[in-house]
Amino acid sequence: MPEQPSGSAIAIREVSKVFGSGSDAVTALAQVDIDIRANEFFTLLGPSGCGKTTLLRLIAGFDYPTTGEIRLYGDDIAQLPPYRRPINTVFQNYALFPHMTVAQNIGFGLEMLGRPRAEIAARIDEMLRLVRMEELKNRRTSQISGGQQQRVALARALAPQPKVLLLDEPLSALDYKLRKEMQLELKRLQHETGITFIFVTHDQEEALTMSDRIAVMSKGRVLQIGTAHDIYDKPAERFVANFIGETNLLDAEVTGVDAATATVRVKGTTLQAGLPEGFRPTGKATVVIRPEHAELEAGGADRGTLGGLGGVITNVVFFGTDTHYYIALDGGGEFMVRRQNSRGAAGFASGDRVGLRIDPGAARVLRD
Amino acid sequence: MTAPPPASPRERQADRSAARRNRWLTGPAVTIVALFGIVPLLIVLVYSFLAPAPYGGVQWKFSTDAYLNFLFQRDIFSDALQFSPAFLLIYLRSFVFAVITTLICLALGFPTAYFMATRPPEQRNWWVLLITIPFWSNLLVRTLAIMFIIRDEGLINMALMGLGLIDKPITMLYTNFAIVLGLFYSFLPFMVLPLYSSLEKLDFRLVEAAHDLYATRRQVLWRIVIPMSAPGIVAGCLLVFIPALGAYVTPLILGGGTHLMIGDLIAQQFGSGRNWPLGSAQALILMAAVLVALWVYVRNAAKGGKHG
Ligand SMILES: Nc1ncnc2c1ncn2[C@@H]1O[C@H](COP(=O)(O)OP(=O)(O)OP(=O)(O)O)[C@@H](O)[C@H]1O
Ligand SMILES: [Mg+2]
Repeated sequence: MPEQPSGSAIAIREVSKVFGSGSDAVTALAQVDIDIRANEFFTLLGPSGCGKTTLLRLIAGFDYPTTGEIRLYGDDIAQLPPYRRPINTVFQNYALFPHMTVAQNIGFGLEMLGRPRAEIAARIDEMLRLVRMEELKNRRTSQISGGQQQRVALARALAPQPKVLLLDEPLSALDYKLRKEMQLELKRLQHETGITFIFVTHDQEEALTMSDRIAVMSKGRVLQIGTAHDIYDKPAERFVANFIGETNLLDAEVTGVDAATATVRVKGTTLQAGLPEGFRPTGKATVVIRPEHAELEAGGADRGTLGGLGGVITNVVFFGTDTHYYIALDGGGEFMVRRQNSRGAAGFASGDRVGLRIDPGAARVLRD
Repeated sequence: MTAPPPASPRERQADRSAARRNRWLTGPAVTIVALFGIVPLLIVLVYSFLAPAPYGGVQWKFSTDAYLNFLFQRDIFSDALQFSPAFLLIYLRSFVFAVITTLICLALGFPTAYFMATRPPEQRNWWVLLITIPFWSNLLVRTLAIMFIIRDEGLINMALMGLGLIDKPITMLYTNFAIVLGLFYSFLPFMVLPLYSSLEKLDFRLVEAAHDLYATRRQVLWRIVIPMSAPGIVAGCLLVFIPALGAYVTPLILGGGTHLMIGDLIAQQFGSGRNWPLGSAQALILMAAVLVALWVYVRNAAKGGKHG
């Protein structure tokens, strides 16, 4: 274990969740192990149906794990009802109480905790300032916009000063611009409050830009946990590489393995490729190379610098800041290269023959 | 001063023809309301200001006796008016019975409706069907059935005596208890169904959100579930209270004619009492009382709902 478990805000230990029983049992989570540090912005990232919401509901207490432990600063909370956990949730649909005003919504948690009126009133004002909603204090929640509802939901969940804040795709209902704005806002709030955030999203870009660490999930399992850089630069599995960012996957033959790298042959070219932790591949393997980690060179295979990885450009797609070049590799397969557009740089056109120069250390072997 | 912009002639014409179309569309509804609502009410109103004919019916002679008779009795010898609260007491008792019936229906109907609304969706219609089963048989038959269950030689007393728990039957039939039991039984579905329909629409994610914000089950009930099902509670209470107040068959059979309620009282004036004007006046007074009660109730309910 990389961290000593007692130092985690939330420790999830071998948690499984099975819905139903018998022939129609659904395993929503299988043997999940996660340690989330105090004051961390932690993201659960994965495609629809991978079990993100289920895991969040177990942490919040709306559901109970079939097996395993959930610890909050060392105490097992897996069997406590939600109203006994110092954890609050921002729901995907906000779930604001429609029969209460903005201020009543924000004060609800503190009221249920039996705090004095004066304290509640002061805290409501503080929260309204924090999310910049002072003017709408006495509005009904049905009379404010989606973005404003989002802020109220945040303020309501933050008001009781929980130890951990859970956010289930809180931005997915917002339009693009508002979403970008709220992403920054969330980061600011997390910074100012110092509360541990567990954030759920299926948007990889959102995960990469916001998180301290990310857990990539698929089909009820956690495939990889790491910083945005780790996940992007050193994906351990084919699923992770594919799900996050754009990738070139190439079939390779492993010819040698040392401490952290392997020597592989890809279409007659020899490359050094990084290895996932504790993985010793033999025989056939898959190698990933990010589109921006390869450079195009005019002329192609005959230049010899790469030992022959090259092909013919089949398609050029212009994206403003950069351009994507699709290359049909000699010997089969497609490769995509992303180049930053800079003034005066020579361009390439469809039909050009090019060679590929792979950045040293860019190639990585994947666990399949 | 700002005047509204003058409408162009064509716009005005369009407005007028739309209004004409709407008048035509409301025609059937207006006709039905007039024919079956307003006309009978007017007849009752006119009758209440006439004098009774000796063998039923009315004499076409203006008289306010019916209303005076509601609170006063004419002394046979001196012809002086004396205060007589007999009718008023029956009204008060009916109100008390109707309120008690409504409260019992609410207390038992709410958990029932909540249970139904929290079943899996495919089961819910079956529960609704079960709730409506009593409607499949006639009210009279159901009321007689209650009578057979609670009378001295009825099911309950025989069972209790058979078990040796009591030596002589407990008198239940022809008591206030019997009347309230009968009313409760007859009107429970009218409470459960509107409650169910508003609880079914309740977003249970709000319940989770409240639990998440440290509300216990009891707090969730009082702060979330009840305020949000207020429309159903108001509708259910009205649907039980109003017919319970005017109930006729149930108090007649289960009260044995000794514990009169308003419905029986009014029926008597048109039957054996042969005083149609008095019956009409009593019916109108009941209606006025219900309208006042309704107004007060709905106003308070609306206010309560707003406070949450
Ligand atoms: N109450 C339930 N009963 C049965 N199966 C369930 C239940 N809740 C979730 N599941 C199943 O568990 C799996 C994980 O669901 P979950 O809602 O956690 O996914 P998710 O990652 O949040 O997806 P999304 O991004 O679409 O919200 C799915 O296959 C889902 O069908
Ligand atoms: Mg989800």
